[in-house]
Amino acid sequence: MSRVDRVLEASADSQTGPLATGTVGKSSRVARRDFLKTASAITGAFWISAYVPELAAFSAQDTGKTPFAPNAFVRIAPDETVTVIANHSEMGQGVYTSIPMLINEELEADWSKIKVEAAPVDPAYNHTVYGVQMTGGSSTTPSEWERLRKMGAMARLMLVSAAAEKWNVPASSCHVENGFVVHSDSKRRASYGSLAVAASQLKPPTDIPLKDPKQFTLVGKSKRRLDTPSKVNGTAQFGLDVRLPGMLYAVVARPPVFGGKAKSVDATEALKIPGVRAIEQIPSGVAIVAERFWPAKQAREKVKITWDDGPNASLSTTQMLADFSRQSASPGNLAKKVGDPASALSGAAKTITAEYDVPYLAHCMMEPLNCVVDLRSDSCELWTGSQFETIDRANAAKTAGLPPEKVKLNTTLLGGGFGRRANPASDFVIEAVNVAKVAKAPVKVVWTREDDLAGGWYRPMWHDRFAAGLDAEGNPVAWTHTIVGQSILAGTPFEQFGIKNGVDSASVEGAADILYGIPNLQVDLHSPTIGVPVQWWRSVGHSHTGFSVEGFFDEVAHAGGKDPYELRRKLLANQPRMSAVLQLVGEKSGWGKPLPAGRGRGIATHFSFETYVAQVIEASVDKDGAVHVHRVVCAVDCGRVINPDIVKAQMEGGIVFGLTAALKTEITLENGRVQQHNFYDYPMLRMNESPEIEVHIVPSENAPTGVGEPSVPPVAPALTNAIFAATGKRVRRLPIRASDLAAASEAKS
Amino acid sequence: MTSFFLNGKPVNVDDDPSTPLLWVIRDSLGLTGTKFGCGMALCGACTVHLQGQAIRSCVAPLSRVAGKHVTTIEGLSNDLSHPLQRAWIEIDVPQCGYCQSGQIMSAAVLLHENPKPTDQDIDEAMSGNICRCGTYPRIRRAIHRAAELAAEKRAS
Repeated sequence: MSRVDRVLEASADSQTGPLATGTVGKSSRVARRDFLKTASAITGAFWISAYVPELAAFSAQDTGKTPFAPNAFVRIAPDETVTVIANHSEMGQGVYTSIPMLINEELEADWSKIKVEAAPVDPAYNHTVYGVQMTGGSSTTPSEWERLRKMGAMARLMLVSAAAEKWNVPASSCHVENGFVVHSDSKRRASYGSLAVAASQLKPPTDIPLKDPKQFTLVGKSKRRLDTPSKVNGTAQFGLDVRLPGMLYAVVARPPVFGGKAKSVDATEALKIPGVRAIEQIPSGVAIVAERFWPAKQAREKVKITWDDGPNASLSTTQMLADFSRQSASPGNLAKKVGDPASALSGAAKTITAEYDVPYLAHCMMEPLNCVVDLRSDSCELWTGSQFETIDRANAAKTAGLPPEKVKLNTTLLGGGFGRRANPASDFVIEAVNVAKVAKAPVKVVWTREDDLAGGWYRPMWHDRFAAGLDAEGNPVAWTHTIVGQSILAGTPFEQFGIKNGVDSASVEGAADILYGIPNLQVDLHSPTIGVPVQWWRSVGHSHTGFSVEGFFDEVAHAGGKDPYELRRKLLANQPRMSAVLQLVGEKSGWGKPLPAGRGRGIATHFSFETYVAQVIEASVDKDGAVHVHRVVCAVDCGRVINPDIVKAQMEGGIVFGLTAALKTEITLENGRVQQHNFYDYPMLRMNESPEIEVHIVPSENAPTGVGEPSVPPVAPALTNAIFAATGKRVRRLPIRASDLAAASEAKS
Repeated sequence: MTSFFLNGKPVNVDDDPSTPLLWVIRDSLGLTGTKFGCGMALCGACTVHLQGQAIRSCVAPLSRVAGKHVTTIEGLSNDLSHPLQRAWIEIDVPQCGYCQSGQIMSAAVLLHENPKPTDQDIDEAMSGNICRCGTYPRIRRAIHRAAELAAEKRAS
């Protein structure tokens, strides 16, 4: 165990509960507006004062053989290795590169000496805003922007002090260069590694000034990702790759209907398969434990289970579609009201209405869910790709009947997350601990693709009903929007923070806070209770409001005889950052310029996670109704950019993710049973369907904002708006269906 | 007992001969670079080479490889020197990285058979490999770049 680990274990977990700090779940617009202020306040007061002295006290007692650990985020060893302890999970978004960049902007160690290690679970690593250790909400960079630079600066100041003491010169006469402290007057140099022991004896400074951004040497550079080499030679360790001595493998037979229970289990035949060790009921189903994965999976097919389907056996998404539409005809709980939308609608020169639908969606990470557990009588160790370490550890401890400090959770690389691995109920972690009780040995619980797709915790199905009133010149003067869909936050520990007056902020984000200047506006919400577990999915509520709001806005523009780009320009006049993004995408896409026959251009903007995005898509529809996406042009303002190439990669990836949702996927249920099984009926966009993508970044000196999610919401509307431009057919339901478009394409051509 | 060659070395395993090669490689032989994604040859994450051809190891029974040569991502090079690895690093293709072993193993067969593939060749060879992170544009660029790097290597 490393020294930092020991310190952290010793410092115990005084606030493991997810609500301990009271800042969890601040996902509302209002909270985000206070984001940087809050982050800054917490960084200064909470982190440095509460945790550094403990760590420093420990180093002072040390004999000097161990590395210099000025704080929980940096270790410098006498062999010059600089270890950055990453408190956010790497799931593809690049934080194992951007976190070291933030630290090293101030530390100025030799970049080639930097190694990254996943943080253990400890309050020292809690999210500066959300108050638990987690990765999500496109928040790593904005929430760590200040804290991590301070951690790097703290280490540098101590190294400089150590050198200055050694040379008996004022610290102010020294500077640092690429892993060395330098005293120019006497031409002396000392490497960070050679100063590690001396620096570890010093008291950490409390006044930690940061560089003027003009002096940045790393921030803003496209440094290559530090994790790429391990991802091209098979050495990257994902949760599924963890192997322990004597480890068994398990699969779980789960009920075919959410909330179901096994009534009877006959394992006679299954137990005859060589290598099968145990088949037993656990709270979430029936665990099948074997010496290898393959016999476990084969045995699962032979276990005879009679299920009690419980109360959800008649769930049908077809029925829900009709129910949601009916429900949306009456207003729900008020999320936002401006002016007098009712009067403005009735007095409008022209009114239009429309209803939009999006389905349940699975996260469908390439690495299916899994968790390795080594449960002992007095301890428990877990390995999994978690986005929710504090909560997962607390839930594992509760399930194991152990205090949290006896439970060690190791965060591995995540083979995709998209929100699924931040499960508020820790479903796959709790289940794995229950399997471990049955296995009586270290065990790896593996979900197959079928298990993962049918496992619930989906992006909710949503219905959006709109009405707009236009004045005689075709300008929108009234806008009403009724949303129907399950609450993500209800019933979770975040409920009390995220739900106000019956409105789940995650259901109405991107709708209640639209940037367009429309004088009379109302957004309201129905949150039906349905027995399908739902969860955040890359861009959360924005994943439906982006589509419906921007699709309907396009309808409003056309109804008023306006160019969709020009109407956006006009109604965003008071939004300088979105206006600049819009203008950039207009220029780069050649908006208004002629296109080849049959092609249409669609535009959409969306503001989410404090980031401004606009996209233009060129698409065509062939006579069979198949949609071809030719080109996607994306402009983004995410404040100051840490690593431009990573920002571009996130935009590209989000666009492909959004295209899959627009064109391909839906989770449906009939008789309470999920109808999709594997990639043959839950298909992903593939190489041959992947369009040309261009990403343009607006230069900015504003504080950095998130990039993991904001490119997803505008994709579907930019595409359906392009389809309208190409065919005259308005698509209001995802995924886009060829059967809806075949006739339209014929009619137009 | 089934014997075959894994990355050039002889190996013997006692798994049932019907066990998919993927699980033999990962669970019995401990090479975890080859990934499980679907179990139905739909996603390509488990792509390995059998006698130089790309196969989906999740549906290939162990019995099929008896006496034959299997190459996994770990056997592509021992020093990141393969043109595809160099191009993948230069262009920073991976995001989560989980599918990339399979992507690279598919691309390796493409480049071996077609040293200068067109975009259409890439579409045909690579459309069996899913990337949920959406790195397709970079995979395309990196395959073109690897073709250049391989040509430079041949010329020198």
